[in-house]
Amino acid sequence: MPPVADLAAELRALVGEDAVLVSVEACTPFECDALNTQRHRPDLVVLPRTASAVLDVLRACRRRSVPVVARGAGTGLSGGALPVAGGVLLVLSRLDRILEIDVARRLARVEPGVTNLGISQAVAGHGLYYAPDPSSQVACTIGGNVAENSGGVHCLKHGLTVHNVLAARVATMDGEELVLGSTSGEAPGLPLLALVTGSEGMLGVVLEVTVLLKPRPARVELLLAAFGDVRRAADAVGRIIASGVVPAGLEMMDAPAIRAAEAFVRCGYPVDAEALLLCELDGLPADVERDLDAVRRLLLDCGATSLRVAASEAERLRMWSGRKSAFPAVGRLAPDYFCMDGTIPRRHLADVLERIAELSREAGLPVANVFHAGDGNLHPLILFDAGRAGDVERAEHLGAAILELCVAVGGTVTGEHGVGVEKLGPMCTQFGAGELEAFHAVKHAFDPAGLLNPGKAVPTLARCADYGAMRVHGGKLPFGHLPRF
Amino acid sequence: MDADVTPQLVERARAASAEGTPLRIVGGDTRRFYGRDVAGDAFPTREHAGILRHDPAELVLTARGGTSLTEVEAVLAGRGQRLPFDPPRFGAGTTLGGAVASGLAGPARAWAGPVRDYVLGVRLLTGDGRVLRFGGEVMKNVAGYDVARVMAGSLGILGVLLEVSLKVLPRPAAERTLVLDVSEHEALERLGGLSSSTLPLSASAWSAGRLHLRFEGSEATLDEIERRIGGEVDEHAVEFWTAVRDHTGAALAGTGPLWRCTLPPLSPALPMGTPLLVEWNGQQRWYRPAPGVDVQAVAAAVGGHATAFRRDAGTTDAFAPLPPAVLRLHRELKRVFDPAGVLNPGRMYAGL
Repeated sequence: MPPVADLAAELRALVGEDAVLVSVEACTPFECDALNTQRHRPDLVVLPRTASAVLDVLRACRRRSVPVVARGAGTGLSGGALPVAGGVLLVLSRLDRILEIDVARRLARVEPGVTNLGISQAVAGHGLYYAPDPSSQVACTIGGNVAENSGGVHCLKHGLTVHNVLAARVATMDGEELVLGSTSGEAPGLPLLALVTGSEGMLGVVLEVTVLLKPRPARVELLLAAFGDVRRAADAVGRIIASGVVPAGLEMMDAPAIRAAEAFVRCGYPVDAEALLLCELDGLPADVERDLDAVRRLLLDCGATSLRVAASEAERLRMWSGRKSAFPAVGRLAPDYFCMDGTIPRRHLADVLERIAELSREAGLPVANVFHAGDGNLHPLILFDAGRAGDVERAEHLGAAILELCVAVGGTVTGEHGVGVEKLGPMCTQFGAGELEAFHAVKHAFDPAGLLNPGKAVPTLARCADYGAMRVHGGKLPFGHLPRF
Repeated sequence: MDADVTPQLVERARAASAEGTPLRIVGGDTRRFYGRDVAGDAFPTREHAGILRHDPAELVLTARGGTSLTEVEAVLAGRGQRLPFDPPRFGAGTTLGGAVASGLAGPARAWAGPVRDYVLGVRLLTGDGRVLRFGGEVMKNVAGYDVARVMAGSLGILGVLLEVSLKVLPRPAAERTLVLDVSEHEALERLGGLSSSTLPLSASAWSAGRLHLRFEGSEATLDEIERRIGGEVDEHAVEFWTAVRDHTGAALAGTGPLWRCTLPPLSPALPMGTPLLVEWNGQQRWYRPAPGVDVQAVAAAVGGHATAFRRDAGTTDAFAPLPPAVLRLHRELKRVFDPAGVLNPGRMYAGL
């Protein structure tokens, strides 16, 4: 029997006939995640229904030294769930039970395949919700959220995944189960749950998650401010935060993004504006009232050309709809786009946006900006046409230049989308050999055989040597001490 | 005095690793009692001090590990901000590095979250003298494993915190502390209700029949809360909460082993007598139990764990034992960052 058929037979015996896919037709839909420029059809897809079946699958693959890639809903934007050659794709979407909702303790214990929004919907009747809200929240799973440390538009005040997960059961590649974190808020020992959160499926496979639920705020207000230039809007962001107000969300869009969104969803955005800020405030009514006054004054003081506060819940949702559909809206402007994800210290917002505009002109490719200004998390969307000769390469170079700019001002190459396979090169810009070696050693501590999601998230030093050779900074080669082959 | 003494610290770590000499990391030397005893040469780090960056518009502060906590908090307060996790000090010299490495949080913990929630980045000196930078100075950063957060509560067993970048937050517009006379049982009930409300309860403490509740927000919000909750307003609230945080108040006065129990929300009264102090909406309770009480077992029975916070001579271990698979990972991570095992050996667990 060939190896795949042999493994398939063993896995079928473990998890059931219908939970193992090997045919081309069945496996093709799993060939990529939301980074669809990279594809590899898996030889074998397994969809277990229970945590113990997941452990069985891992042990079987470990015995045979077969690599495993875990996947939730496949909404990741960096290729973290891209199948690897000769490996098994372990799909966790059938582990979709909500195991426990404890309203009094404000906790929910769920399987990894439960969707992000599914948790909030299940507890909505109790006035509670799960705070992190990535834009894919309708589809993305909580297991994937833990793997990516997913963010969303309300992180500045309500935190990332790492701030909203109390405990998790995690399987190692060796098929061992770890209980990390605690409903008490802290477990003895090192905070390993924080290490596993955002590890892109490289350290373990999430079997169960206990999340924190928050009460719906008593009052929510959304302001929309238009500006005649980007710098004034960027300055307003810093002024609001320095004033002592912590907005629930603080989002910015530039002119191309505003016009694309307005054309797409007719949400009433001022199409003659050069920049737009959406500022959401939530909390107790008297506190929100006070903050609303303060923010309104600040925005006008910073030169806002128009200012609107949503008068009703319907209007608030309509004002958000433009922002939330901005990616597909911008996507209509060109056949293809790359979405970048750098984060920078907020004080550099205006300078970085200006520099991105310059780089865009030099590359001859338009860039639209729609991003989490409050967090300094940029999402420049690079528009191109993959059918046009040289466009893909130019877009990739522009993207790399933007990420290098983010690192140069003290930021990071990925704020919330993850490294996956997409940003392995830019990781070499952000980290030196010492840090990368330490990351590989951490990986080895959890997965000595190196079988779990191999080749993702952390570049090899050899890869960085090649990347560095292409990008010489100031005559100095990064990783110059490494041998070249 | 601000100084960058990285080269000297690197040299010392390298030499210790080469010779296999254990080092006891000493910042302000105010928490030596916390954790297991360490036999090793003193490795002073306090000289490596200085606030490097703080821009109120960024909500981020970066400082060297030896910087005095008092200095950090004074600078933040001057700009209307604070360390949200409210770190305690058990002496004048507490350093920022020590505050993060011990992972201890004060009365605001239940409202604001633990230390690790606010760690954005570190520059770490490993046991064998490598200087590594993890995380950064931005709110959102998923590049590489989140090694920086693991340093919160790591007790120096993985490295010395040369620099720490923390998320900071604005101070609230106003605070008000209300005091109610209630039994432990009534206090737990009351706190359970409050913790599942939307009220901004930023700290709570029950001791000897008195429940202190601190709320934050606008004056209008606080007036409304006062009407709803009742009780008397504590006019000396700042002093009260500082004493709770730093264990200088009446509640924890006295001598003898002191145990801290960390519990899931809404845990019932524990069957080992009346706690000296109940904090964090009932999730942190302090005891000086009668001899022979198995505190770990009592806490574990309700899903929590216990720490021998201040031990007597007869107690060696401080922390609840780890499951074997998790302990194995601790050993592996120790090898990654401190291959010769010279940094604070045994401070957290034997053999680590």
